[in-house]
Amino acid sequence: MNIIVCIKQVPDTAEVKIDPVKGTLIREGVPSIVNPFDEFAVEEALCLRTKFGGKVTAITMGPPQAVSALRQVVAMGADEAVLLSDRAFAGSDTWATSYTLAAAIRKTGPVDIILCGKQAIDGDTGQVGPGIAVQLGINTLTYVSRINRVEREPAPGVIEVERTLDEGRETAESRLPVLLTVVKDINVPRLAAIADVRRAARMTIPTWGAAELPGVETRFLGLEGSPTRVVEIASPPGRAAAVEIIRAESPDQAASQLVERLLAAKVL
Amino acid sequence: MAAIVIDREKCIGCGACVDVCPFDALSMEGDVAVVNEKCTLCSACLDVCPVAAISLPEPVIQAGTPDLAAYQGVWVWVEQFRGQACGVSWEMVGEGRRLADRRGTALTACVLGHNVEPVTREAVAYGADRVFWADDPTLAVYRTTPYARVLVGLVRRYKPEIFLVGASMRGRCLASSIAAELYTGLTADCTGLAIDPDSGFLRQTRPAFGGNILATILCPNYRPQMATVRHRVFEPPAADPGRTGPVIAVPAELREDQIATRVLDFVVEHSEVNLADAKIIVSGGRGVGGPQGFGVIRELADALGAAVGASRAAVDAGWIPYDHQVGQTGRTVRPDLYIACGISGSIQHLAGMSTSRVIVAINKDPDAPLFKVADYGIVGDLFEIVPALTRQFRNRLKS
Repeated sequence: MNIIVCIKQVPDTAEVKIDPVKGTLIREGVPSIVNPFDEFAVEEALCLRTKFGGKVTAITMGPPQAVSALRQVVAMGADEAVLLSDRAFAGSDTWATSYTLAAAIRKTGPVDIILCGKQAIDGDTGQVGPGIAVQLGINTLTYVSRINRVEREPAPGVIEVERTLDEGRETAESRLPVLLTVVKDINVPRLAAIADVRRAARMTIPTWGAAELPGVETRFLGLEGSPTRVVEIASPPGRAAAVEIIRAESPDQAASQLVERLLAAKVL
Repeated sequence: MAAIVIDREKCIGCGACVDVCPFDALSMEGDVAVVNEKCTLCSACLDVCPVAAISLPEPVIQAGTPDLAAYQGVWVWVEQFRGQACGVSWEMVGEGRRLADRRGTALTACVLGHNVEPVTREAVAYGADRVFWADDPTLAVYRTTPYARVLVGLVRRYKPEIFLVGASMRGRCLASSIAAELYTGLTADCTGLAIDPDSGFLRQTRPAFGGNILATILCPNYRPQMATVRHRVFEPPAADPGRTGPVIAVPAELREDQIATRVLDFVVEHSEVNLADAKIIVSGGRGVGGPQGFGVIRELADALGAAVGASRAAVDAGWIPYDHQVGQTGRTVRPDLYIACGISGSIQHLAGMSTSRVIVAINKDPDAPLFKVADYGIVGDLFEIVPALTRQFRNRLKS
């Protein structure tokens, strides 16, 4: 079984701070991590390989330093990894990212299952997974919380999954190949052993640029290929009404004054 | 992967294509040839078909800069579950109405499903000028491919300028698939939509970078301009049963055997944590210090009949389940009263609650950003203030 996992290196957004004076992001010292949702995708890929054999290939697109994210998932157990890195990819929005990842997946050969995290914690869009599936012309099932069964015969095979949707839990079946995006209920990602971390650090991970992706058209890559444009970045606005800070001698007095005001404003 | 297209009208059932297919991807079904998913688009069958009934599918990307002026009107996808429209859909219709009026254009609602004719009339009542209605057994339960195929076909034919989709779990996948296929821009989870007064473009504002900044995004060169918006971000409009408008029936595009997904079962689960509909929410953040710290938050919530919310920091720390999370990656809420206890107020949190009617902030740090959006603030230790509030509310609400 050929399994592809798409991962993203993201800044640990829980650590991102805002400069209170300038209102800009303070990026210095913010650690880079593998997008947490992608770790569930990697774990699920490794579980599938254990059951069905085959190969797990991790792919990421990013700057050269994103190779460290790939080393991390190789240490978890991925067999192969590919870094997509090229100045031509810079500034990609979700459309151009899907296009580029799909081209790389095609280059790796026939695939049975593609796994992605449900979204990345920096962009929070959840758009790249379904976008890849459309580019490849394959089916997609999002928000998968459990894989119930995989049957490889008769070809092309089927997969049955449970999905967490707004109203409850759906059980659905798809023909293979399929792209799944996974939620964190699906498993508990393994920790890499020290020996595997060392092995991953020594592994040669190929970097593919635009020239290594057959059939891609440069007009669909990077900023040029991205339909969206970020035109403004701002700190979030405050509300029109200024806050009234309640000052009192004791917590009970402060609480009492607040309750008075809420009752007077008919909030309760 | 994508497969060749067989014109069932033209096919004479000679079987020549079946014999020549190297991948066993073609077979006869009655007197027409059908293709399965083994097709690799090798094109061997194209040459042998005597009546030219086989063609390659349209390329996924139909590239080229569109003629922007040809795209007009605002569209909304009206999501329904078991024949009931989802709340976010009417919020989108309300917002679509506002944008259409600003742009001097019409609002179209797209209703897909099976036996969903009543939803089309509701869509008009809530503000649509026109409804496209696709009603077919293959659309009874939402599946991305058949839904996307209908909507992509309608967009290519009628060319809307703006297309809004509710950011439900289905809506996100649907919008992504449509935008990918049409080659156009899609902005997820917008918290603000406006028409740029100079260019007429849709200004789409959303929190980014874990919600720490607000980005405004345009899609200047491609159409339609697509955006998703979460439930509770916009006010639902009032329905006017007296409104009228044309309901245009459109066909489904795929047969059941062309759809790779089968839905086997659905178990409706009601979360015990109903943040979206709560009138009052009491939320705890990093300041509560640990799972036990939520005790005082729960007591206050009990006294008020309120729901318990939490910041992402508290959820990520494992102090309280994800169901409780308010913010960009959790629930968006707009209760009458939101009491934030020990929550500093990252943009990611503010994005999910700043449209609450009245906001109370309780925090040790007088510089906490949450005070900037609050109506009332108390600077102090939440473990003293919150129990005091519980006592006061119990006394006052009893009397």
